[in-house]
Amino acid sequence: MARYLRYMVPLAIFALLVAFLYRGLSLDPKLVPSPLVGKPIPKFTLTRLDNPAASISDADFRGKVTLLNVWATWCVSCRQEHETLVQLAKTGQVDIYGLNYKDNREDARQWLTRYGNPYVANAFDSDGRVGIDWGVYGAPETFIIDREGIIRHKHIGPLTIEIINDEILPLVAKLKS
Amino acid sequence: MNPMKQLVESTKTSSPRKRGSSNSPIPNSLDFRLCGNDWLTRNLLFSIVLLLLVITAPPLPAAVTLESFTFPTPAEEQHFKDVIGQLRCLVCQNETLADSDADLAHDLRAEVYEMMKSGKSDKEVIDFLVNRYGDFVLYNPPVKPSTYLIWYGPFVLLAIAVLLLIRAVGRQRQVQEPEISAEERKRLERLLGDNAGKGKQG
Repeated sequence: MARYLRYMVPLAIFALLVAFLYRGLSLDPKLVPSPLVGKPIPKFTLTRLDNPAASISDADFRGKVTLLNVWATWCVSCRQEHETLVQLAKTGQVDIYGLNYKDNREDARQWLTRYGNPYVANAFDSDGRVGIDWGVYGAPETFIIDREGIIRHKHIGPLTIEIINDEILPLVAKLKS
Repeated sequence: MNPMKQLVESTKTSSPRKRGSSNSPIPNSLDFRLCGNDWLTRNLLFSIVLLLLVITAPPLPAAVTLESFTFPTPAEEQHFKDVIGQLRCLVCQNETLADSDADLAHDLRAEVYEMMKSGKSDKEVIDFLVNRYGDFVLYNPPVKPSTYLIWYGPFVLLAIAVLLLIRAVGRQRQVQEPEISAEERKRLERLLGDNAGKGKQG
């Protein structure tokens, strides 16, 4: 028995190493977990994209389950996910708010006219200061916010139909109930 | 510089092939290309010279991408550079905030600059970023349960290795030299003696 153990220990260590490395293969270092998940949304007040005279703030997120999508016209992946957002908006399951991040107001408006507007409202963050408070480090990013204004989930990168169906909608349903 | 010269001389003279002799029908340049050894030596020399140039060259200014922030004293500028040098850019993840040219790094540098200018402490600045981006922004991860493995793991492995080494050495000590009989000893001495004698004669 002791003799077998001699050979089993290195084998076990090797197996452990393989398990760690195998797991590492499917991890993306670009996806940095946000410390904001589980915390209230940051306080902010910004002008609305469609109307510089009107404002939008963190208070608008209270009392309903919402989704905040960070996007910009310079962001290629945002173009890729846009159709998915339009479809999600059509389901009427959740209010989608937008944070137009470091963009040009006119460009962003044209984008919405051209590709469709899935957003209930857009906050216009031209210098990215509010983006920093939300821990945004790239677009697109999507936050799911519960009724109390607590961030429940953050998705980094473009949304797909699969992610909507497997992650977003189940969580939204759970938060609504 | 002398060793360099010697190296050049020696590679010239020790070249195993004659090249560029006047009655060769092949032009010199082609000859070089055909001679694998010469080609290698030339490239090696070139590399060494390049390497020496790189090593001896004056260092480039470290923060090429730094915006023109103004500081009242050089010490404060250095302090600012020290702080952003400890922070990781989330876009180009192998770069510090000081080095990165990513758009976000520009914004965060400006943010850190503003905070420091308004008298915030290093801890406040670092907490500001950690609260938004997580421990990932720190190049020096804090010691906490989730990082115990990376902080203490190597020492645990070292301890295990030392224990195993001690055990292995202890075991080897226990192995006794085999006993030899008086007859064998005599034969051994004779053989050794013979050898010594031969050595002297030769």
